[in-house]
Amino acid sequence: MFNLRDWGADLWEKSSRPVRVLISLLAFAVAASLPLLGGTFLNTPVADYGSVLVFPVAIFVIMALGLNIVIGKSGLLDLGYVAFFAIGAYTMGLLGTKTSLNTWEILPIGIAMAMFAGLILGVPALRLRGDYLAIITLGFGEIVRITALNLNSIGGANGILNIPTPPTIFGLEYTFDNHRLYYWTFLIIILLTIWMIRRLSARRGGRAWESIRQDEDAAELMGVPTFRYKIWAFVLGASVGGAAGVLYASKTLFISPDNFTLQVSILILACVIFGGMGNIWGVILGAVILGYLPDRIRFLSDARLLVFGVVLVVMMNLRPDGVLPRKKREKALIKRAPNE
Amino acid sequence: MGAVVLSDFQAQFTSLTFGGLSLGFIYVLIALGYTMVYGVLRMINFANSEVFMYGTFATVVIIRDVFKFTQQSEPATGMRLVFILLVCLAGSMLASGILSIVLELVAYRRLRNRGSNKLAPLISAIGMSIVLAEFMRILTDSRYVGSPRVLEKSSLGTVFGGDIRIDNTIVIGSGLFLYIVLQQFVQKTRLGKAIRAVSMNEDVAKLMGVNLNFVVSGTFLIGGLMTGAAGFFYTLKYENTSFSIGFELGIAAFTAAILGGIGNIKGAFYGGISLGLVETYASFFLGTQWKAVTVFSILVVVLYFKPNGVFGEAITQTRA
Repeated sequence: MFNLRDWGADLWEKSSRPVRVLISLLAFAVAASLPLLGGTFLNTPVADYGSVLVFPVAIFVIMALGLNIVIGKSGLLDLGYVAFFAIGAYTMGLLGTKTSLNTWEILPIGIAMAMFAGLILGVPALRLRGDYLAIITLGFGEIVRITALNLNSIGGANGILNIPTPPTIFGLEYTFDNHRLYYWTFLIIILLTIWMIRRLSARRGGRAWESIRQDEDAAELMGVPTFRYKIWAFVLGASVGGAAGVLYASKTLFISPDNFTLQVSILILACVIFGGMGNIWGVILGAVILGYLPDRIRFLSDARLLVFGVVLVVMMNLRPDGVLPRKKREKALIKRAPNE
Repeated sequence: MGAVVLSDFQAQFTSLTFGGLSLGFIYVLIALGYTMVYGVLRMINFANSEVFMYGTFATVVIIRDVFKFTQQSEPATGMRLVFILLVCLAGSMLASGILSIVLELVAYRRLRNRGSNKLAPLISAIGMSIVLAEFMRILTDSRYVGSPRVLEKSSLGTVFGGDIRIDNTIVIGSGLFLYIVLQQFVQKTRLGKAIRAVSMNEDVAKLMGVNLNFVVSGTFLIGGLMTGAAGFFYTLKYENTSFSIGFELGIAAFTAAILGGIGNIKGAFYGGISLGLVETYASFFLGTQWKAVTVFSILVVVLYFKPNGVFGEAITQTRA
């Protein structure tokens, strides 16, 4: 069967440096021109096409990239990823409305808060494995949401209104309906995230994550400090989620606990696995498809989530490793592992 | 203030405990659905919550359309009541059991036979869960569906000043009965032994001549039957249902299964009972809005000291 992933990897590995630069620029140009294609078949019938590209698509891509560090790279099943997204968003909401700090100043604070939460959760939770970890993280996500819902000092069920937009840069004003500017800003953040993940994966940390994912006990025996690297993966994943939260709050200008339900965690998890766990490009593709699809098929109105579910089931049965799975070389390693 | 609450608690302790126990048994039955499948396939059957939801609707349909009860009808009495309750129980169990088998055939079998990674069935399950819930949402127009009252919720008497309501008694009694039947089934019968063999070691069980596909279908059927019974009890106790009920109860029941140690029938039992009680007491002291937070906080503490659940075995080889 034709394997897009291997074809792409081959093409990249065989190319010379100038060709690689050309491919990258081309890919970037395509991604950057997406908001200009509003009138074509890509258009979303009901929601504004430009705004769909920003949320859910771009935000989903950022979150899926972050979750991919936790689940795709290190194999830790996290069902409460929305918690970090919520913490980022609430940091933006609270500091944005109560202090004079702007979005770019709050961004590092939001990331730090999410990382701190990741640490607090990670230390007890990462002693657990597999499905136990899944339910603990799920519980953490719910605790964060319900706490936000019940604490009236941070808005309670009403949420936070009138969150400021990012300040004007280079004379460009972030108005609520200037979706293209938001999209291009988020695209830069996405590129930075990809760059960070690629750099980290190529180094000691990346190899440690890979070994933990394949066999945690063997990794521990080989001298990999597994607990420390699991915490690292968790905290880094949280930082990306927190960044997505800050940006989201700064775009929608209104947040409430309803935006941070378990369904969001599950949807992002679906993006990662649907696209191809562990492979950055697959994950991005998955997030783009699953973010965009429900709005594209909105003409089905009531049945659109039903169709969405059918697509998930059918796709997973046809391609269990995702649309763009990780490289065959790595898959062969997993196949040979005992007890699999 | 604290003293007043405490004396209130003493006064209501029996009613609360009784209500908590009956909620606990509903959790136990759903948790059995999760835990049976997990024991055999090492997989979270995410769509089990929707199997439960369809069980609640099966009861409503039987009461409304087979026995022609309406919201104005008089509750049934005597032998007719017993007959109606038994038919509802059987109907819900059957509906959920069949749905559960179909679920496995559609969503998991192909993936399992191909030996896919561990997470693909999870996403397939989430997809099925969305499909089932959305289908019911469209059918019911996103509304809550009330169940006509068949059982007069009279009190059987008071113990230490607390009401012993008949519906709670039925739920607790039948729940306990079903649990014991299941336990005996798994211990004594041929299929039960095959299920245990597969959950211990799939490869060796296959070599010993166990028909894996049959055992897996059997496991889903039994899990579905238990979950369907929970659906009936839920409808009897709360007298309404909606498409979103599966999600709410499913998460709690799954938590209960994990709390006791997933893959372990005894674990589901104690996990479910404790969760039902803790939830009810916590709602009394802190208000219902903090219920879920209490439950999950307890889960974090328990798992911190017992990382495999209270009755769980060590998971030596678990990968996401």
